Amino acid sequence: MRDKILFVFGVVAMGILAWNVNAIARLPEETQQGVTFKIIFFHVPMWMCATMAATVALLASVGFLVTKNFKFDAAAVASTEVGLAFTTIGLVTGSIWGRQIWGIWWTWDARLTSALVCWILYAGYLMLRKAIEEPTQRATFAAVFSIFAFIDVPIVVFSIKWWRTQHPQPVFWSGGSFPPDWTHHLMWNMLAMLLLGIVMTAVRLRQEEAQREIDSLRRMAHAL
Amino acid sequence: MNAVAVEGVWKFYGDYPALRDVQLQAEAGSSLALIGRNGAGKTTLLRAIAGFSSPGKGKILIMGKEPRDTDTRRLVGFIGHGISVYDELSAFENLALFGRLYGLPDPRAAAMHWLERTGLERVHDGLVREFSRGMRQRLAVARAFLHNPSVLLLDEPFTALDDRAIAVLQTLLRDARAEGKTIIMSTHQLREALELSSHVALLSRGQVAFHGPCTAEMIADPGLVYARYGEG
Amino acid sequence: MGFFHAALVIMMKDLRAELRTKEAINASFAFALVILLLFSFAFDPEADTTKALSGGLLWIVFAFAGTLVLNRSFARELPNDCLDALVAAPISGAALFLGKALANFVLVMAMELVSLPVFGIFYNVHWANQLGELLMVLALGTWALTVIGTIFSALTVNIRLREVMLPMLTYPILVPALMAAMQLTMQLVSGNAIGPETVTWLKMLIGFDVAYTAVSLFLVETVLVG
Repeated sequence: MRDKILFVFGVVAMGILAWNVNAIARLPEETQQGVTFKIIFFHVPMWMCATMAATVALLASVGFLVTKNFKFDAAAVASTEVGLAFTTIGLVTGSIWGRQIWGIWWTWDARLTSALVCWILYAGYLMLRKAIEEPTQRATFAAVFSIFAFIDVPIVVFSIKWWRTQHPQPVFWSGGSFPPDWTHHLMWNMLAMLLLGIVMTAVRLRQEEAQREIDSLRRMAHAL
Repeated sequence: MNAVAVEGVWKFYGDYPALRDVQLQAEAGSSLALIGRNGAGKTTLLRAIAGFSSPGKGKILIMGKEPRDTDTRRLVGFIGHGISVYDELSAFENLALFGRLYGLPDPRAAAMHWLERTGLERVHDGLVREFSRGMRQRLAVARAFLHNPSVLLLDEPFTALDDRAIAVLQTLLRDARAEGKTIIMSTHQLREALELSSHVALLSRGQVAFHGPCTAEMIADPGLVYARYGEG
Repeated sequence: MGFFHAALVIMMKDLRAELRTKEAINASFAFALVILLLFSFAFDPEADTTKALSGGLLWIVFAFAGTLVLNRSFARELPNDCLDALVAAPISGAALFLGKALANFVLVMAMELVSLPVFGIFYNVHWANQLGELLMVLALGTWALTVIGTIFSALTVNIRLREVMLPMLTYPILVPALMAAMQLTMQLVSGNAIGPETVTWLKMLIGFDVAYTAVSLFLVETVLVG
């Protein structure tokens, strides 16, 4: 049953993406930025999903510390990994856009820097997990670290207001010139990415649980 | 009244249960020897009772209170595998430090008193790193008894000790029993332990395989419990 | 025993043990000297450029050299399983953490206060124009470093590659605090007092300190007992 739901989610996500990418390709080019502007249809959903994944990771981490139920630990690591993948794509798409519009691959403006910091933070989370043998301690320490890391996430989202920056103002919040039917396509992309994220997280979650079962069976075998 | 009550305790490493539904009581004034093979869960159980790790399921009560309760911790003395004293501090400084942490009214006097009882008063200002192994172990014993705990948890206390330290510890444990203190010790040295114990519990793969009073029969043949209830 | 009294006892214990061997503090100061030396090759050490770079330079020195102190903090408890005895003692995990953090703060501050004049001499900078405010920024930045470093020292004490993992985890979290400390220090070393433009950084640094101190005190019991 769970398999089928995931499968349906995946197919729907692919369907939406195929149709939407096609539709976006037909949209007229933006007056100043040309075709490069369209990267926003992927860049923004990536960051939304990454932020959402970080939030899920935080909730799962707190959930583990409160309940000591390893399902939460598996959820935390699964959503962190998927979130890290989204963050990576977000950084890459942003970088490509920057190369075209600003003429540089990278600039140390506040938002880019904080995004990179977040990427390193969550990569650190995965490194910390790798370094701890004992599962209960691994889950506990990783959860504590995840909470520390998440406190840095609001700095990413709101840094644009805190620091002077050369990153373009968010198009929807400042009421920019984003046409309504474009928003429409952006929303569809967001939904597709979100579904994709859910599918990937679920698959990773199941793998993590299987891994834990194998570990415990191995311990059991050693104890015999 | 039970000084220590372990009620249906499970402890997990991931999915692997290191302790399974452990049920164990030690009456106030009794002395329990915890035996079992390596990896049976003795240390895990003792550390859970001492409050170093919280059980996954079940409850542990010491004098009717949680192990992590601050008042409970004042009642418990623990000797683990390490000596738990600082190499860079002197014997006296170590004991005075723990005396302060336990909120003793006169930590310095208590420290001197226990240095005398463990035969370390002559070297009280010597740094622990200059001590011989036996002296370090006696200091570890002094640290565990310093705050006059009414429940003693000892994890294989005789294993690494030299003759003199064993003699000191045995005397202290006999005195403790006479004063009505509760002792739980895990051990491989069956003969030493059974002589000091009123009860025996055998752990096997994280479960209690046997729990009952220590009989003359067992003291005569320490292997008996293993033979009868163990895995053979 | 009161919370702060317990923290004080732990702090004095750590300081006394450290001052007996001076392992961490000596290593830390020696390392700071070496980095200060290496930086002189990285750019032309003239007064103007140095002032512009001073904030970044100093805080990189402090963060790197400070890690040596922080690494020792919980590692100190390892050899004889001393951490068990501390966890068993009737003091809260928060008091234990606070005591260790305070001891680390004193040691890292000591390293910094010795490094500063050395920096002034090597790079020919009059750094003490705004001494009071500089000391305040130094204290706030160092507290950020020690509070994060101490809790992560507890997280990493038992794991492989401890020496590498601690800075790997600590520095990224510290980025906002280090940025603020660097900006403020640069202004103050240049002789400018904290004005309306730089006060935001100061607020952020204070906010960082308060937030992470609170979270650490709240979570440390979980780290120690699990």
